[in-house]
Amino acid sequence: MTLLTGWGRTAPTPATLARPRSADEVAALVKENTAGRGLLARGLGRAYGDAAQNAGGTVLDCTALPPSWTLDPEAGEVTASAGTSLHDLMNALVPRGWFVPVTPGTRYVTVGGAIAADVHGKNHHVDSSFGAHVRSLTLVTADGSVRVLGPADDLFWATVGGMGLTGVIVEATFACVPIETSRMRVDVERTRDLDETLDVMTATDDRYRYTVAWIDLMARGGRTGRSVLTRGDHATREDVRGVVRGDPLAFAPRQRLAAPPWVPDGLLNRATVGAFNAVWYGKAPKARRGLIQGVTPFFHPLDAVAGWNRMYGSGGLVQYQFVVPFGAEDTLRRVVGTLSTRRVVSFLTVLKRFGVGTPGMLSFPMPGWTLALDIPAGVPGLAGLLRTFDDWVVEAGGRLYLAKDSRTSAASVATSYPRLEEWRAIRDAADPDGVFRSDLARRLRL
Amino acid sequence: MRNALGSVDTVLLLGGRSEIGLAIVARLVRDGASRVMLAARGGTVPDEELERLRRLGAEVHVVDFDASRPETHQDVIDTAAAKLGDLDVVIPAFGVLGSQAAYDRDPEVAARDVAVNFGGHVSAGLAAARRLREQGHGTLVVLSSVAGVRVRRANFVYGSAKAGLDGFAQGLGDALHGSGARVLIVRPGFVIGRMTEGMTPAPMAVGVDEVADAVIEALRSRARVVWVPARLRPAFTVMRLLPQAIWRRMPR
Ligand SMILES: Cc1cc2nc3c(=O)[nH]c(=O)nc-3n(C[C@H](O)[C@H](O)[C@H](O)COP(=O)(O)OP(=O)(O)OC[C@H]3O[C@@H](n4cnc5c(N)ncnc54)[C@H](O)[C@@H]3O)c2cc1C
Ligand SMILES: NC(=O)c1ccc[n+]([C@@H]2O[C@H](COP(=O)([O-])OP(=O)(O)OC[C@H]3O[C@@H](n4cnc5c(N)ncnc54)[C@H](OP(=O)(O)O)[C@@H]3O)[C@@H](O)[C@H]2O)c1
Repeated sequence: MTLLTGWGRTAPTPATLARPRSADEVAALVKENTAGRGLLARGLGRAYGDAAQNAGGTVLDCTALPPSWTLDPEAGEVTASAGTSLHDLMNALVPRGWFVPVTPGTRYVTVGGAIAADVHGKNHHVDSSFGAHVRSLTLVTADGSVRVLGPADDLFWATVGGMGLTGVIVEATFACVPIETSRMRVDVERTRDLDETLDVMTATDDRYRYTVAWIDLMARGGRTGRSVLTRGDHATREDVRGVVRGDPLAFAPRQRLAAPPWVPDGLLNRATVGAFNAVWYGKAPKARRGLIQGVTPFFHPLDAVAGWNRMYGSGGLVQYQFVVPFGAEDTLRRVVGTLSTRRVVSFLTVLKRFGVGTPGMLSFPMPGWTLALDIPAGVPGLAGLLRTFDDWVVEAGGRLYLAKDSRTSAASVATSYPRLEEWRAIRDAADPDGVFRSDLARRLRL
Repeated sequence: MRNALGSVDTVLLLGGRSEIGLAIVARLVRDGASRVMLAARGGTVPDEELERLRRLGAEVHVVDFDASRPETHQDVIDTAAAKLGDLDVVIPAFGVLGSQAAYDRDPEVAARDVAVNFGGHVSAGLAAARRLREQGHGTLVVLSSVAGVRVRRANFVYGSAKAGLDGFAQGLGDALHGSGARVLIVRPGFVIGRMTEGMTPAPMAVGVDEVADAVIEALRSRARVVWVPARLRPAFTVMRLLPQAIWRRMPR
């Protein structure tokens, strides 16, 4: 038995870890595990909560599937094994002039995890989520058969965003984005308060493929919700002329720093986080246009420090991410206002506009505003505060992101994911005996 | 499943009318538990208790349970798991506190009560532990007592059963180590409540609510042992060292 947690390092549970090296080995393991506590695929464990855990059962470490990819430049498509990380893919694709269709805030996720959570990136308002770009996927289902599914199949859309509960994805083909350089052309600007943030994003986000706002939650009073907006596009050759020497597609992410293995509890407290936030806001230019940046600082600033989640100490962290539809800005104001008057410590608070979602039945994104917070799990009164937020979000017609959740209730998920029943019917047909199970599924009665 | 902030979803209370047990369950429900099973003799629990839990938002089931019939205990655990799903917290809170004088008069009653206070916990505890081990998670909350930490002549039948129970709970906790399942040992002192009605409270007596609050906090922090009140722990460190000749003369 191996003790597993998500990225938040809360609620560990033991499971038997298997490392299948091929689709056939996955199928054999599925057939062996039809009784008892079931089994579940796991990628790089970047889901924050218990999505990739299966207490007392079997967990398939899909990073054992040998990483592989083939590029079809004519079609602009890549076929990759589910265990391949977006990090490896980018290393391979970027120098060849291609980019992944969607990248989350870390590139240390697997292709399987990206599909299972239907992940979104800073380009959601333009490009939707990962599932929108998947042309086909290969799924090992509960009967041990290996099925190739496409967007015409119901099971495909139950699997996109299905959190591993329909089977094990072993391979996928998805569209990629052509790029001229490995750099980003970025505009940075600061806003005074939340209203200005919302106004600027609403008015001008559509001019950029990638946008995000980082909110300084430590600012209060009239400055509540002040933000730094970073918005950009893939730089063209023209953009980098004279700035980048040599091959404009060269891509060599720097060696990562590592967080120390042991960190005193309480390192991230109101004082340190407040100071960090003030510095981040203060160092951002009032407005700066046409900045040329690399992929890591623009997309994956946290990847620069390996294992940064350990900075939260032994109590771990809770990530809270919700979406509310456009028109529910008051809910957003209420949440941000409450967080800043209650002085809740959130290291990184990120606001983003979502465009249209995918047909994934449990897929999280929908048109609206999404806010993501990182909070140390030990903050007193956190459980009650987040329960209140859940109520506001659900009342406003919004919902929480399952890949980040570690503490909401089955009831809030049942009311906020209107297609849950439809998803269940398809899942039950594909897996009548409940072979695929996770701690998340048990906790939220999916 | 226990969530990231320590809330649980399902609770099984064995001894479903226990005052301390119900106070713990109410708190767990207030913190998010949504399904509860109360296992009580005769399969009945007063309506007002059921209503109270339902008002707090839980689905409540009741099942017949007799601690003195070990042959039925596995079934009760299975029934609970069938109704609730994974058992997140199991609280065996049954117990009887007869007077030592009565036990001296009627050894058969003494043996019967010990069978409940110790034997019943062994069969129910082992059946629950098997289920928790399979699940790979869950906590068994064992209501021990300082009466068993050092047994006093004033209530040595009850105290010796608690001593046995405490030892059983420690061993079971060690046996479950690494399985994901855990045991929380609760060592209250004198609790002013139904069980001790009519008795003069001992020093450092606490109320039922204090015990329940301490249990909730211990579940949250994943402690192994909790004394209620906490200062009983240093007190008993000293009392354990008292020479037998002095201990024997302790009035109660
Ligand atoms: C720093 C950081 C930033 C992040 N930013 C974003 C963001 O901007 N946008 C976003 O959408 N998400 C974001 N995430 C969340 C992350 O993208 C998702 O949780 C993603 O699913 C993690 O992929 P993984 O390979 O680590 O999967 P895991 O965390 O291991 O698993 C996640 C889920 O996918 C399932 N799964 C994994 N592999 C397979 C497979 N082969 N077949 C079937 N199911 C599988 C698991 O069962 C589980 O339910 C972020 C996470 C971190 C740590
Ligand atoms: N109160 C204290 O001072 C104190 C101190 C330390 C430890 N404890 C322990 O804490 C636990 C809970 O006590 P409490 O204060 O909540 O007392 P309580 O209210 O009297 O609860 C004890 C429960 O056990 C039940 N019970 C007794 N025999 C049973 C049997 N054969 N089968 C099924 N149920 C049976 C009783 O059922 P009925 O309702 O049918 O009587 C009663 O509901 C007990 O183990 C007790 O020893 C208590």
